[in-house]
Amino acid sequence: MKFVDEFRDPELGRTLAGEILATVQTGRHYKIMEVCGGHTHSIYKYGVDDLLPENVELVHGPGCPVCVIPMGRVDDAIAVAHEPGVIFTCFGDMMRVPGSDGTLLDAKADGADIRMVYSPLDALRIARSTPERQVVFFAIGFETTAPSTALTLKRAKTEGIENFSVFCNHVTIVPPLRALLESPDLRLDGFIGPGHVSTVVGARPLEFIPADYNLPVVVSGFEPVDILESVLMILRQLNVGDSKVENQYARVVPYEGNIRALEILAEVFELRPHFEWRGLGFISQSGLKLAEAYADFDAELRYAVPGVRVADPKACQCGEVLKGVIKPFECKVFGTACTPERPIGTCMVSSEGACAAYYNYGRFARDRELV
Amino acid sequence: MCLAIPGRVIEFVDESLRLACVDVAGVQRTINVSLVDTDERPAQIGDWVLIHVGFALSLVDEQEANETLTRLQAMGADYETELNELRESAIR
Ligand code: SF4
Repeated sequence: MKFVDEFRDPELGRTLAGEILATVQTGRHYKIMEVCGGHTHSIYKYGVDDLLPENVELVHGPGCPVCVIPMGRVDDAIAVAHEPGVIFTCFGDMMRVPGSDGTLLDAKADGADIRMVYSPLDALRIARSTPERQVVFFAIGFETTAPSTALTLKRAKTEGIENFSVFCNHVTIVPPLRALLESPDLRLDGFIGPGHVSTVVGARPLEFIPADYNLPVVVSGFEPVDILESVLMILRQLNVGDSKVENQYARVVPYEGNIRALEILAEVFELRPHFEWRGLGFISQSGLKLAEAYADFDAELRYAVPGVRVADPKACQCGEVLKGVIKPFECKVFGTACTPERPIGTCMVSSEGACAAYYNYGRFARDRELV
Repeated sequence: MCLAIPGRVIEFVDESLRLACVDVAGVQRTINVSLVDTDERPAQIGDWVLIHVGFALSLVDEQEANETLTRLQAMGADYETELNELRESAIR
């Protein structure tokens, strides 16, 4: 238990680990998916999985927003960034995501005016102060981030800022989970529900998991003790044959979500019929685009976006990682051709990506030994 | 960009636009707090909030804020990157 001393409450960590040990049934294997990249990060950083009995396996899900952007959309972003007069803005992590012919960082080196911003409101500020240029914001993220883009668009509309537009790649959390549950590759026993996404959507949208698939879900905080407690809650449900949504993170996540944020999402966005996810393919009703009332701000209508679907590089196994089918180190290029400095796949780019988290916390060598 | 970092509301920059100055571990920047406003209780000076890409995402108590900060600081480089990105921010 070498990491427990770094826990906020090491004593509680040990107690929970003991209770988990006492709760698991021998001869039974438990496969629990943590949906959210933030959880993946905490698990590796604090060695949470080292505290679990051998028959409790944590697998990593599709909840890292950078990881799920398909190559074709990065190519589209680069095409827009090269349009004359455009200032293209994006979050720092997106700069390093590979498209089929390089990253946004490479495009910047080629002369495109690409700027990292902390917030969509910073992109809007740039538009306001450079009215002679067109400013495009590369919007990515789940329901956690989408309200920020929505509020920024509302403000742009109110202020009548005409040189601002959004290349929208927002996605929603429920459809990929349903797709995973329908996939024959993976047999899961329960979910550690996402933390930040749930502050917006609430725990209620996860109710389909117990209702339709008979599996427990526990919305969890990010402290290692939160994750241990959530695992324990899932195991207890499984042992008595129960399945329901529980909220371990009630101190931050209201069961009903953030009503104001949900209203703004409904006003500014509408669902696309389908959207492509890296490694997961097209998932219906999983992506957001700007609603009719905001069409003037839609970069996909303002520019000729190539919209070509590009297959992932052969060596890349991000799809399997995002589905929890393989562990990062099982990808053939992990740590060799694919590193955080020179990522091949998206899961190595963001610190929330399973491959980057694995790599950064030196889990690579030890896991190889185990194999 | 995936982190939600805790900060404390120290003053309103523009009440009607719901722009407030927050202090995040000594870094003071403007963010939008409208997502934590409710009809019963609008965001107030002194509130602790989790901040994501320039917006307060949820209201937390001081203990939760401190624990979150400690955990993020332990992340090292990733947290530093996030703070540096926040430092570059100049929301108006
Ligand atoms: S090691 Fe690289 S290519 Fe392989 S799954 Fe991870 S990110 Fe994708």
